[in-house]
Amino acid sequence: MEALSPTMEEGRVVKWHKREGDAVKAGDTLAEVETDKAVMDLVARADGVLRQVAVAEGQTVPVGSVVAVIAVPGEAGGGQTAPASAPVPAVKGEGGQARPAPARSPAPAAAVVAADATRVKASPLAKRIATETGVDLKLVTGSGPGGRVVKRDLEEAGRREKGEVRGAAAPPAVPPQAPLPSPISPALRGGAPYEDVPLTQIRKTIAKRLATSLGPIPHFFLTSEVDMERAAEARDALNRQLGDRGKVSFNDVIIKATALALTKHRACNAWFQDDHIRYWNDVHIGMAVAVDDGLITPVIRDADRKALLDIGREARELAEKARSRRLQPNDYTGSTFSVSNLGMFDIDQFTAVINPPEAGIIAVGAITSKPVVADGQIVPRRRMRITMSCDHRVIDGATGAAYLKTLKEMLENPLAMLL
Amino acid sequence: MASQFDVIILGGGPAGYVAAIRSAQLGMSTAVIERDKLGGVCVNIGCIPTKALLHSAYIAKLLREAKEFGVDAGSVKTDYGVAMQRSRRVSDQNSKGVEFLMKKNKVTVVKGSGVLQPGRKVKVGSDVHEARKAVIIATGSRVKGLPQIGLEINKTTVISSDEALFLEKAPATLAIIGAGAVGMEFADIFSAFGTQVTLIEALPRILPLEDAEASDALAKSYKKRGIEVIAGAKVKKGTSAKDKVTLEVEANGATRKIETTAVLMAAGRAVNVEDIGLAECGVQVTERGFIKVAIGDVAGPPMLAHKGMREGVTVTELIAGKKPHAIKYDNVPSVTYCHPEVASIGLTEDQCKERKLEYVAGRFPFSANGRARGTGETEGFVKVLRDKQYGEILGAHIVGGHASEIIHELAVARENEYTVEEVELAIHAHPTMSEAVAQAALDSLGRVVDM
Repeated sequence: MEALSPTMEEGRVVKWHKREGDAVKAGDTLAEVETDKAVMDLVARADGVLRQVAVAEGQTVPVGSVVAVIAVPGEAGGGQTAPASAPVPAVKGEGGQARPAPARSPAPAAAVVAADATRVKASPLAKRIATETGVDLKLVTGSGPGGRVVKRDLEEAGRREKGEVRGAAAPPAVPPQAPLPSPISPALRGGAPYEDVPLTQIRKTIAKRLATSLGPIPHFFLTSEVDMERAAEARDALNRQLGDRGKVSFNDVIIKATALALTKHRACNAWFQDDHIRYWNDVHIGMAVAVDDGLITPVIRDADRKALLDIGREARELAEKARSRRLQPNDYTGSTFSVSNLGMFDIDQFTAVINPPEAGIIAVGAITSKPVVADGQIVPRRRMRITMSCDHRVIDGATGAAYLKTLKEMLENPLAMLL
Repeated sequence: MASQFDVIILGGGPAGYVAAIRSAQLGMSTAVIERDKLGGVCVNIGCIPTKALLHSAYIAKLLREAKEFGVDAGSVKTDYGVAMQRSRRVSDQNSKGVEFLMKKNKVTVVKGSGVLQPGRKVKVGSDVHEARKAVIIATGSRVKGLPQIGLEINKTTVISSDEALFLEKAPATLAIIGAGAVGMEFADIFSAFGTQVTLIEALPRILPLEDAEASDALAKSYKKRGIEVIAGAKVKKGTSAKDKVTLEVEANGATRKIETTAVLMAAGRAVNVEDIGLAECGVQVTERGFIKVAIGDVAGPPMLAHKGMREGVTVTELIAGKKPHAIKYDNVPSVTYCHPEVASIGLTEDQCKERKLEYVAGRFPFSANGRARGTGETEGFVKVLRDKQYGEILGAHIVGGHASEIIHELAVARENEYTVEEVELAIHAHPTMSEAVAQAALDSLGRVVDM
């Protein structure tokens, strides 16, 4: 198991693309592996024949463990002498029903060939039911010994399917092993009082990282209400001018302003590193994106130097990649400061948990029209609340407040971004 | 004296002692409280001594038929007293075996009657023992008579299995009330020891929980051996005199009187829940995280030692925080050790019909099995109920020699969800009684070979 991301400690094999006995070339995708961040391709590092698959689909193993053996054709896996019989993949039996390959003639005593781990573990009855009802056993969580799919699992999967109210959203393209819990339906009541769902890699990472944030990091929070009237006017004007060349969103404006303000307050563009603080000279903004079963913060690099249109395009691409779990490690590592926006959920204001080792994050609320006193008159203005979470080990109250003031000024007067 | 353990088990029968051993294996300090002999009803006055007596009965049967096999054993004399003494030695060996297992696993055995007290405590005499993790109730069950019709167990003319197991000689005549496993087995035993046996069952057929075909096969076999079988019978009245009992039995619309030397009550068991402090501890409710759980007979039917043993393992693993394999209560084999033996697992054919399941019954008679012919055990059959669509083994029923041993192939199959095809694909040694299982599986697929 290769480390496919800098923070990866273990990986789960989602799907094998090659089976035992297949010829492979360096660079071929052997399997899809779910890391702590995304589903990534595990590629062959040598030419040869995939002699042995050591990790079954759905199994999680630590980085560094053997997942497969590629052998030079004719050479046996695992340093054994070559058995005469090559492993035979599953063959189609009568009636199109998948049947295990027929027994091979006895192999030489020492040459134990591991069972093909690409096969799904299921009881014969479950296999039969799945074949006849057209259920893909790979999509069913097994509750039998060793995670084997048994009849009851298929029955329960069927019940869940029927009892579930699905939204209009297209089914996600991500592996289905960790669906969001369905709403509590009458079908669920009266059954088991709860359902245990194993942590997915991404959930494990969220749990680990956030616990190392809010616990050990002394957070404090600064909130400010920003007048977005002029930003809104500027955005409208820009969008009119752009026509069909693109659109600028408030989020793009906020990311750009956050980055620009950081260039003026390097004290906030920093990482806490145990015995030192690293003040960054580049500004890379992490952008929190909700995905199916968690969240991830892809990074817009050098956001202070990018045009609004470029930020917008990049943000949309990264969000899309995040949702389809196709982010590569360099897409989500190295941010120096983050932004989390829950405005689309009509949240007025909230506090975000710092993404370590960064020292701060801006939590963005919804833009709402409010009565405001301006020039002695009560007028409706579009307002937005932003809250900055600060790591007090890096940022002091006044430091944070100064940054927030700059950010507020830039948002309230977009021309200030040019200064 | 007060002592502390992780787990205290109330009752040292099969459920309790197995739970104790598993508990000790899992590193928990464990005590078993037993008021009588370790091993409980099963080892001392149940499964084990009856199996010893049934084998004596089987030897008598073999010797009586031996001449046909070229062995003339002369005239066969039987002595129930000697058979009984042997069965006691077998029981004692088994009980000592359990004692040894307790020592080997460092389980503390406390002699006496335990009474539960609030706060995971159990009082035995003046001593109070406290469980840090859980108290497991495994107090078992006992025989109960039918006092309402004048048949209170008096231990002389109206007896239960408790007394039958200690008789010095077989009675001249015996009426057995209840034709479940206990009644069937004692009918077999006493009949072999020369007793004229009348077997009375309230439900329409003997072995009422088994498949109807099994009941019919046994009724036929028993009648052939001279055991009178009256099913669908109601015992209206029992009058017990000094050395005989008169029963008024209503069956087939007529009432008849049966005079007998003794009556064996083989119907109904009562669970041991009195005087163990259940009410005082509010046992039904789990209070303040206490886990008070029951296993074995006292936890409910089926009242079978092997069910209790499995519950003992499962519950102890739960207490130890493990995730045990869930017990499949529809996969507990049921065995009656009469001759021929009756063994079953899963649904009966009637239950398949009641549940409106689409099934195919595959059958194979032992009369068509080479091994059975050789040993003269041609009575009985194997019947496999196959789900029509997916081939699931819905139920299996075996009547015949060694049925108790043959059934496990089907228990393994069902536990692992093998279909009839997997059973049939396993190569069965020839000639064996077990081949009948493969043949019945084949028959359910419409391709039986040997018939």
